[in-house]
Amino acid sequence: MNRINKALQSDKKLLSIYFTAGYPELKNTITILEHLEQSGVDLVEIGLPFSDPLADGPTIQASSTQALKNGMTTEVLFEQLENIRKTVSIPLIIMGYFNPILQYGVEAFCKQCQAIGIDGLIIPDLPIDVYQNEYQAIFERYGLINVFLITPQTSEKRIRYIDSVSNGFIYMVSSAATTGKTSGFGDMQMAYFNRISALQLNTPQIVGFGIKDNATFKQATTYAKGAIIGSAFIKHLNEFGIEKIDTFIKTIRD
Amino acid sequence: MSYNINNNGYYGKFGGAYIPEMLYPNVEELRQNYINIMAEPDFQEEFQQLLKDYVGRPSPLYFAKRLSEKYTTKIYLKREDLNHTGAHKINNTIGQILMAKRLGKTRIIAETGAGQHGVATATVCALMGIKCVVYMGEVDIKRQAPNVARMKMLGATVVPATSGSKTLKDATNEAIRDWISNPTDTHYIIGSVVGPHPYPDMVARFQSVISEEIQKQLLKHENSSNPDYVIACVGGGSNAAGAFYHFLEDTNVKLIAAEAAGHGIDSGESAATSALGREGIIHGSKTLLMQTLDGQITEPYSISAGLDYPGVGPMHAHLYDSGRAEFISVTDADAMKAGLELCQLEGIIPAIESAHALAVFSKKQFKPNDVVVLCLSGRGDKDLDNYINYFNI
Ligand SMILES: Cc1ncc(COP(=O)(O)O)c(C=O)c1O
Repeated sequence: MNRINKALQSDKKLLSIYFTAGYPELKNTITILEHLEQSGVDLVEIGLPFSDPLADGPTIQASSTQALKNGMTTEVLFEQLENIRKTVSIPLIIMGYFNPILQYGVEAFCKQCQAIGIDGLIIPDLPIDVYQNEYQAIFERYGLINVFLITPQTSEKRIRYIDSVSNGFIYMVSSAATTGKTSGFGDMQMAYFNRISALQLNTPQIVGFGIKDNATFKQATTYAKGAIIGSAFIKHLNEFGIEKIDTFIKTIRD
Repeated sequence: MSYNINNNGYYGKFGGAYIPEMLYPNVEELRQNYINIMAEPDFQEEFQQLLKDYVGRPSPLYFAKRLSEKYTTKIYLKREDLNHTGAHKINNTIGQILMAKRLGKTRIIAETGAGQHGVATATVCALMGIKCVVYMGEVDIKRQAPNVARMKMLGATVVPATSGSKTLKDATNEAIRDWISNPTDTHYIIGSVVGPHPYPDMVARFQSVISEEIQKQLLKHENSSNPDYVIACVGGGSNAAGAFYHFLEDTNVKLIAAEAAGHGIDSGESAATSALGREGIIHGSKTLLMQTLDGQITEPYSISAGLDYPGVGPMHAHLYDSGRAEFISVTDADAMKAGLELCQLEGIIPAIESAHALAVFSKKQFKPNDVVVLCLSGRGDKDLDNYINYFNI
């Protein structure tokens, strides 16, 4: 069974961390992954940096720009991750925009992912219909889960369609914003979390965007299976460095 | 082969809507409604009336006698520079503001490079009393200062884009991020035939008035509605799309697109997308774009802010790929020279974007009897500082 599906079967609420590969320094990728696993994170999204990340706010934009300056490329990331399964066993997802993957070749990319032990992909600008028509068979051939997004504006009909195509979890975007923007969750978000939960979808949901501390993690996981932290984690890295990853994760969990 | 859009939103293999789910409801709403709304009689009536009384259409098709003599061919200039606000951009913003109103939107956002699209958007927002936010690269804010002032006078908020090369691509990124964050009340008026489907087609349709008029006007001048050549500059490609539109399927009419080569195609500082680009995805569209081997979008360069874009609309990618249009690269130096030449031969100061199209005459020999229509997309008022500095005037 895919590691993502296995993790989703556990009883606890899942904590997922996003970080940008190659940031703060090119060589940090593996160290960060090892620290995340040791501090009890359930799932990791490894960001493949892109020059023009449309859905991201300033924090992830800046980390992506720096990672590219540091020399991160698809090729380099795959080299870095070559032996990752010797030391890290939690599910790993690569999150990246479509163009770099398209240039690498979608099939070649998926094949590499499988060889390394990547479990799934999140490609925010690969629309679900294009995925179904052109790429689903390839993803399945290499055992990769593809994760789709829904937002507060997504219609129920479309949510059900996305649910029917999903084979891992649904990435539930907490509010209409780019990453890193929201300041806590209000009644509107809670009502949205509740509404989605009431749909009783087949696919578990993990909430992302705007989760930054223990309070927002708890709110986000009131109904959903888990939550993803990105910008807040990167900000913590900026301020306290890799050695203090454990401290950050503890404050979220407590 | 068809050169126009197919039912799935593609021109050949280019186009589509590669957008994050956050944008889906807005883009889908537009996709489902734009054709019907444009076909409504009251929409057409309001659109045509504004084009006539507010924009000043039809724009003249002017036989440029001295320019024709110089290049021993018959040159007509389609005078989009005489439109209200000084460029073709207003054709599209009039159309889109009427569209936005019918979709019930109360806030408008736009990106701008040269500032012409920003001004045209701010103008129609003032006209309709709708709030307007324009994103503009920090570099462009400096090199197109008069247009920044105009937008402000028209009541728009101008927000600097500070990422990347701080030009048009980055302004577009910021506008898209704004739309993600404001998904219900806001319409994004894209300024060219770029972005996710249905934008390229919608903008092309609004700009198609250019070739519709050329056909009628040419019939009077030349007894034939079709020229031998149509020339236009291509940034994203909206003035070219409008000038080509009604000639797309008639291959007797040859199409020429002038793109910005900056300091030269091989200089590493250019925006010559067809020469240097490969198939990829930019701003929600599969098209030709300048990128690294690794799929990172390259920072472009051109003296002309309106052409300083690393991609090109999917229609043009298809016109290039299929050989339907000839693409000619024009350097900063070629364009500036051609711009000054038009001033001195015809008494018309062109926008530096349009000057790229004019430079085609020094690169390609036409026959004496060829009828060549050139889309003079805009006037050069906004570029005076640039001309002054370049020629030490
Ligand atoms: C006068 C003028 N011409 C041409 C362009 C390029 O845009 P497009 O290729 O969409 O016509 C611009 C863009 O700002 C412009 O202002």
